[in-house]
Amino acid sequence: MRSPVRKGWHRYINGITVATTLTVLFVTLPILFMLVSSFKGTAGIGSAAIYPKDPSLINYNTAFSQYTFARYILNSVIVSVTSTALVLALATPAGYALGRLPMRGKMPLLVALLMISVFPAIAVIAPMFLLMRQIGWTNSYQALVVPYTAFNLPFSIWIIRNYMMGIPKEMEETARIDGASPIRTLVSIILPPARPGLFTAGIFTFTACWTEFLMSLSFNSDNNFRTIPVGIALFGGQYQIPYGTIFAASCVAAIPIAILVFIFRRSVVSGLTAGAVKG
Amino acid sequence: MSTVELDQVRKIYPNGYEAVHGIDLDIAEGELMVLVGPSGCGKTTVLRMIAGLESITGGQLRFGDKVVNDLSPKDRDIAMVFQNYALYPHMTVAGNIGFALRLRNLPKDEIDRKVKEAGKILGLTEWLDRKPAQLSGGQRQRVAMGRAIVRNPSVFLMDEPLSNLDAKLRVQMRAQVSQIQRTVGVATVYVTHDQTEAMTMGDRVAVMRAGRLQQCGPPQHLYDHPDNLFVAAFIGSPAMNLFEATLTEGCRSVRLGSQEVALGDELRVTHPALAAYGGKKVVVGVRPESLPAVHDGSPATADTRLVGDVTLVEALGSELQVHFNIDAKRVYAEEAMDEDEIAAGGGVARVAPHTAAVAGERLTFAVDTAALHFFDADSGAAIWN
Repeated sequence: MRSPVRKGWHRYINGITVATTLTVLFVTLPILFMLVSSFKGTAGIGSAAIYPKDPSLINYNTAFSQYTFARYILNSVIVSVTSTALVLALATPAGYALGRLPMRGKMPLLVALLMISVFPAIAVIAPMFLLMRQIGWTNSYQALVVPYTAFNLPFSIWIIRNYMMGIPKEMEETARIDGASPIRTLVSIILPPARPGLFTAGIFTFTACWTEFLMSLSFNSDNNFRTIPVGIALFGGQYQIPYGTIFAASCVAAIPIAILVFIFRRSVVSGLTAGAVKG
Repeated sequence: MSTVELDQVRKIYPNGYEAVHGIDLDIAEGELMVLVGPSGCGKTTVLRMIAGLESITGGQLRFGDKVVNDLSPKDRDIAMVFQNYALYPHMTVAGNIGFALRLRNLPKDEIDRKVKEAGKILGLTEWLDRKPAQLSGGQRQRVAMGRAIVRNPSVFLMDEPLSNLDAKLRVQMRAQVSQIQRTVGVATVYVTHDQTEAMTMGDRVAVMRAGRLQQCGPPQHLYDHPDNLFVAAFIGSPAMNLFEATLTEGCRSVRLGSQEVALGDELRVTHPALAAYGGKKVVVGVRPESLPAVHDGSPATADTRLVGDVTLVEALGSELQVHFNIDAKRVYAEEAMDEDEIAAGGGVARVAPHTAAVAGERLTFAVDTAALHFFDADSGAAIWN
């Protein structure tokens, strides 16, 4: 027996919609709370109100005027963009080689990469700090760019490799017969269809660098080299924590990531599933 | 334009596996040579060696007078069409066809002209600005062809270019591909596992099995005069019926199980070598069309008849395909027949429509003894003369 077709908004009420809504709410609630609270004045900051009473931009103003938040943003941009560019520049040829070229010891290499990519940063932070101090890199951009690149490279190589494997090898062979050099083949034949893989690796790397806290806190104590996460954490003084300002700064910090993911959302999804579907 | 000559070309992989055991093959200018065989027989390896995508372990490969063994693919002046077309998904049809020309730094208007010309030959004019993803399978296949012909190569290589198409389109494209090949007039090596494609398209067909060339010749010659059991079973659909049999002394007749079929005098004249097999075991091959059903007024004499138990009747409209069993043992050429054919067992005869053939009953066939094939029971080689 067929259940009667429901008309109007009632037809949207079913198990799946309810479950989806609850899940989405659960995931977005903290973000929503942060966003809403960033518009609350000092008086209402402790309340759990959904709408701020007298919404104001005072917190945003404070973040930029009382603290050097603009400097933190600049630092984060410099460090994250440089690291991401380096990671992509290195991971692309590496992923291509591991995915497509005949090579000895491919599997051990890939397993090693995977192990490195899940290695906890906290375990190496102390020796790395000593190393940085030895070579005089503390309080510099390279103190973050180099380790960020190193730590994000393995996972990016994996993503790009999986994507490269999905590209039929006949495309390369045709290019070879047509007379394209290996570099030309990589640039005009392999990279364009592999672009979603590059975007995925790029976004993951950028996000990881943008939100990294531990190394940034440890290696760069000079306020001029602080990145956003550390900067926000050190807002305020000994006796008060300016929650409103922290919320406002966090909202600003989240914008670039949100924009990136929004622009490249399709590529990211296809990039993540590439190896699985096309294998 | 050039000829292609393979002189004892071998391929041994680093792990010691010998994929191709010394093949000799000459392909004339403008000729379409089909390499056919079951999967894993080495036909694609041969093609890839000609293309330069696979190194040659031994022997010589010549284009015209030039030995090309060690030339890189781009220096061989070849064009290749792959089974999956390998179109560049991010380029338009025109971009795909013109890629090789752009690599040679030809002037832009010349590239445009050549691409349009190729588009016209292939009927792709209105699709030149589309991306491959927006095309149908047949159109993609034609773009792959276009990419090959626009370069004006001296040798054309095709690796199962039609196997990704559906059955109806494949028949259409079969004709189109041979037509384009004739227009371009370039020596072509065409690899397929489909014997129908081989028969209909090839100027000559080379049958391969397990890395060895079995026989090479015009399609009709292979059909009429297969050199061995494998070629006999592989070429033709439905396949040739092969039975274990015993020739009687003097070769006056052949015994198939409990039945005996008389052999005419002219057969002993055309196949003098049969005399040596008198009283011995042979394999007898009979094409399905050489087994018409006996009807009233049939010219066949009573002693060339064969009675079979009908197991299945397939009506194709123009003919009936009658599957039957006799008590002689069937012979199978390894790899030449697909699993279904072997599982079906028995023999197949193509008889006139409206023949009263019913599964479960018996049917009498008039064996066309002049069209029988005889093979050595041990070596499988054909007994011709």
